[in-house]
Amino acid sequence: MSDPILSLNGLHTDIAQYHILQGVDLVVPRGQVTMLLGRNGVGKTTTLKSIMGQWAAKSGEIHYDGQDITRLSVSARARAGIGFVPEDMGIFRDLTVEENMVLGCTSGPLDPKRKDWLLSAFPALGTFWRSEAGNLSGGQKQMLSIARAMAEDRKLYLIDEPTKGLAPAIVSTMARALRELKAQGASILLVEQNFSVARALGDSAAVMDDGRVIWNGAMSELAENKDLQERLMGLSMEGALR
Amino acid sequence: MIIKLLSGDQPRSAILTGLLLVILVCLAGAPFIFDGVRPLDTAARICIFILLAASYDLLLGYGGIVSFAHTMFFGLGAYGVALASTHLGRGFDALLVGSLSGALAAVVLALLIGLFSLRVRAIFFAMITLAVASAVAVLVSQFSSLTGGEDGLTYKIPRVLTSANRVGEFMGTRITGKVLNYYLVFGASLVLFLLLLRIVNSPFGRVLQAIRENDFRAEAIGYRVIWYRTTATCLSAAVAALAGSLFAIWLRYVGPDTTLSFEIMLDILLMVVIGGMGTMYGAVIGATLFILAQTYLQNLMGGASEATASLPLVPDLLNPDRWLMWLGILFILSVYFFPTGIVGRLRERRAS
Repeated sequence: MSDPILSLNGLHTDIAQYHILQGVDLVVPRGQVTMLLGRNGVGKTTTLKSIMGQWAAKSGEIHYDGQDITRLSVSARARAGIGFVPEDMGIFRDLTVEENMVLGCTSGPLDPKRKDWLLSAFPALGTFWRSEAGNLSGGQKQMLSIARAMAEDRKLYLIDEPTKGLAPAIVSTMARALRELKAQGASILLVEQNFSVARALGDSAAVMDDGRVIWNGAMSELAENKDLQERLMGLSMEGALR
Repeated sequence: MIIKLLSGDQPRSAILTGLLLVILVCLAGAPFIFDGVRPLDTAARICIFILLAASYDLLLGYGGIVSFAHTMFFGLGAYGVALASTHLGRGFDALLVGSLSGALAAVVLALLIGLFSLRVRAIFFAMITLAVASAVAVLVSQFSSLTGGEDGLTYKIPRVLTSANRVGEFMGTRITGKVLNYYLVFGASLVLFLLLLRIVNSPFGRVLQAIRENDFRAEAIGYRVIWYRTTATCLSAAVAALAGSLFAIWLRYVGPDTTLSFEIMLDILLMVVIGGMGTMYGAVIGATLFILAQTYLQNLMGGASEATASLPLVPDLLNPDRWLMWLGILFILSVYFFPTGIVGRLRERRAS
């Protein structure tokens, strides 16, 4: 196996007086989709934010693409090639869809081929290209948030619950776009509560509980083993899909 | 051509376009349209305060940075011209050296304040700028041997820019150096305003707006927020200093009250908020309305008071001495009815 794109070793993160991450060990293989799963409040979002640097790690190490980025600034991590799509989307409401997309490219103008691909993956963005992003619907904002992270080629994408609260039609649009991104060879660390999306996209999975990774392995292994799902997450994927 | 000059940032409202055109025509033809010294002085002040308010809008409206040091930068530019003209003699070289050194001093100070305090929360940055601006105002009034203290400095500017220089007559108006001085102020203000418009519509301006909305997201995309905020502070300070230099060239006098006082800071803040933050054109509308109200409200009220002399109570309410109260009421009402500023409201009307 080639070097992983990302590895976390014993990562501890505090938020105010709360000790949220309590020694996270995680490996994200290059060119694969790794699902980060677990019940609510176990530290999945904090893990992503710690990787991005929004929450500084108290101890432990974050290695990305062969370098230790534990003490790098947020912008330096982004410029090193990490794209982050937060749960709250974080679009710039006063700017147009086009301006949001252009801002997603820090190393140059938006590549026309990439723009065509993103507009074919998310046609609604083309329709509202010159509209203010604040006027988009919730699903369109989520599409814009993901498309902006993909506006230029990043080595690793951290995506936090992209399908949360979306209508089924938009969920399938989102899943298709992520599948295309995966087919292009991108490495993705994805937090996702929608098990059908997780099962369809994930190559490997890590399950968190109480601020630690308690299990990791192939997504197919987790998807097929109902007992394992119930033991790790307190519910089965099939049950959740019903 | 015009759209290119406006950097593609069109007014996006017919009423706003009309208002801006009226202001532009009145300012461009002020020496020929209006008679007397006072209207020309008002027009020059409007030009200078449009520029000053626009430079503050770059910081407040586009960068989301609340600073109370803007008059300090304005004062640095004004004192730069005053000191250079005092020590180098009356000449364009003194004006140039004074303006450039004032702008340079403003940039250096803005850079220091920015690097030391833009990392902290917005409210602390505002407090730090307030402290530095107060310290500079105190220093200027204490160093009277250099700055003239509370009395300020009076100096000579090139004769070609004064009323003593009679150039000739055009369209029935006598052209003097004062008119040339006005066009120097008008031309420089216009060019610098268009430059600010270019800046806010450049990729730099877009990043600045993104930072204003969500600084962490901008950082997480890969933009160095501190660098952008500091650059915006420096650019804004440089333009404010140049506006100060124009004010000093126009007035031929600088003093703490005319260039460094906290009242001017509040005036600029009101101009930007009333006009509409983050629009640039808001600075034009806000500054024009504010200076006109400041200059003519008292006269207007005098006339209204006389006209209503037969009524009870009304003449007292409209007494010219109460102009500041009415100015305050007008501003409270405008902020209440136009929370996004006049420009914001006009654009919303068009959108709806």
